[in-house]
Amino acid sequence: MSYLIGALLAQDGLTNGAIYALIALALVMVFSVTRIIFIPQGEIVTYSSLSLASLQQGTAPGSIWLIVALGLLAAGLEGFGYLRGDRSTSRLRAMAAYGLVPLAVAALTFATAGAGFGFLWNIVLVLLIVVPMGPLIYRVAFRPLGDATVLHSLIVAMAVHFVLLGCGLLAFGPEGVRTPPLIAGRFPVFGVPVSAQAMVVVAVAIVAIIAMALYFGRTLSGKALRATAFNRVGARLVGIRTEQAARLVFLLAGFAGALCGILVAPITTVYYDTGFLIGLKGFIAAIFAGLASYPLAALGAVLLGLFESYSSFFASLYKDAIVFALIIPILLWRSLRSTHVEEDEE
Amino acid sequence: MSGTSPDTPLLCVRDLHVSYGPVEAVGGISLDVPRGAIVSVIGPNGAGKSTLLNALMGLLPSKGQATLDGRDVAAMPVEDRLRRGLCLVSEKRELFAEMSVADNLALGAYSRRHEPKGAVEADLEAGYQRFPRLKERRHQTAGTLSGGERQMLAIARALMARPQLLMLDEPSLGLAPLIVAEVLETVSELRRSGVSILIVEQNARAVLRIADYGYVLEQGRIAMEGDAATLLADERLIQTYLGFGKGEAAA
Ligand SMILES: Nc1ncnc2c1ncn2[C@@H]1O[C@H](COP(=O)(O)OP(=O)(O)OP(=O)(O)O)[C@@H](O)[C@H]1O
Ligand SMILES: [Mg+2]
Repeated sequence: MSYLIGALLAQDGLTNGAIYALIALALVMVFSVTRIIFIPQGEIVTYSSLSLASLQQGTAPGSIWLIVALGLLAAGLEGFGYLRGDRSTSRLRAMAAYGLVPLAVAALTFATAGAGFGFLWNIVLVLLIVVPMGPLIYRVAFRPLGDATVLHSLIVAMAVHFVLLGCGLLAFGPEGVRTPPLIAGRFPVFGVPVSAQAMVVVAVAIVAIIAMALYFGRTLSGKALRATAFNRVGARLVGIRTEQAARLVFLLAGFAGALCGILVAPITTVYYDTGFLIGLKGFIAAIFAGLASYPLAALGAVLLGLFESYSSFFASLYKDAIVFALIIPILLWRSLRSTHVEEDEE
Repeated sequence: MSGTSPDTPLLCVRDLHVSYGPVEAVGGISLDVPRGAIVSVIGPNGAGKSTLLNALMGLLPSKGQATLDGRDVAAMPVEDRLRRGLCLVSEKRELFAEMSVADNLALGAYSRRHEPKGAVEADLEAGYQRFPRLKERRHQTAGTLSGGERQMLAIARALMARPQLLMLDEPSLGLAPLIVAEVLETVSELRRSGVSILIVEQNARAVLRIADYGYVLEQGRIAMEGDAATLLADERLIQTYLGFGKGEAAA
């Protein structure tokens, strides 16, 4: 392997690693606050990429119908709760928000999809369509479970994953798409041509990770999320509502997924099931971190990206098999360490 | 903004029932906490003391009435009770062990996050003045504190919510006698600064010395109540129910 090939593989690995890192961090965050293993994180990536591709072709993406449906379902659940006896105004407000926000987004999308407002506007639309999927999925699929065990919510997460996969196939069809890069061209770095898109991916991921660290470390709302992750009863005692924390975390997870989708769309051909594979790799990195440590998750993701990239050079056919086989040594290593997160802690 | 006259109790509990599934742990308790008073609940292990306080805070569902400042709080979620001035220091402290002392205190004021920053910061400073040890250790994580410091932090964190009524669940649990005296001294000081107190203790003698009124809880019901001085004078009661000090040998 020459220097050039090695460097190009490293570039590929780092770019993918940055994407996996965003996913892994989102998975760790969701799990630590809610004890939900959010398998459908990958589908959010798919929906984001494919929605962007549709918008680039001037058509409103099929995913709109999904969020409208999810929104109406969520609003229905709130309305049902209201009728069942919880006559609080917050219920009505939630019902209005769940019902109306997706409708407003849909109206906006249909009004502007063909108008040619440009790439940046399309990205805004994708964020508006895809980010709310996080809290909506939480409200419709996970909230009704209450304080379910990790296993229960994992089963529901699997179900949501399959439903979203199927809906993705319906909404976008089986063809793969690729969008034009945010910035085209290549720039030489140490004599290696690095694609501008790769730089954008890594830069955006780094900015997002720093923003996340500042949010968790410096703001009261971020500290409240960490507090919920560490001690739920303690968090309730200082007035942090577990549900609100969960909703917020799913919103952030929706954002991370949407961002990944926008970033990968120009560098890979995305099919309706591509996100799942990306999500699984993020999941391996999250497992590497014991679903608890953010720095370890990011590190694991970057290592995984590099590993995948080099193994694709040596045995490209078995790339995914090799990467997923990593889960076995990682799990062994984790099980030998004692600091993993327990399902029920006192 | 009290909706009632000053001589109605701050907290009124009537016929409160709390169950864990089919098992009733609190079976119809009525009690009052007058404004500016220290009321203590004593009783043996498993009597339902923690259950009572957790239910009053809204951590557990309950049946019956509970009014704070004349307002019905029985059906409110925890965060609304907090906003009305009710606050609990749990038996387990429930600190955020992985976070710094300063962050624990900042989160204590979470329910006041919409208030101007200055008010909260002033309270933080006041908290540090009350517990200088916490100020020294403000960058340390809560998990590294000693037992006594942890209890101080739990109380300081609760005070950040500006409670009208502070409920303390066995603040002396696991602490050395000297520290227990310090904690109880802090409690009487708090009362002097205008916070009403409902305190659960097994350390009956010590707590009755600082309390105004006491309830004896046994198997989820109130077995006896009276002025703290009267209960304290009742040597037989102290020995039978509370098995502390000399009573321990007798039981
Ligand atoms: N989570 C629970 N599930 C079922 N039963 C419980 C639970 N918590 C407490 N109990 C039962 O309720 C009763 C009252 O418990 P509680 O903790 O309120 O007692 P306590 O007076 O605080 O005791 P201690 O002095 O040991 O703290 C006990 O019989 C206990 O076994
Ligand atoms: Mg107890």
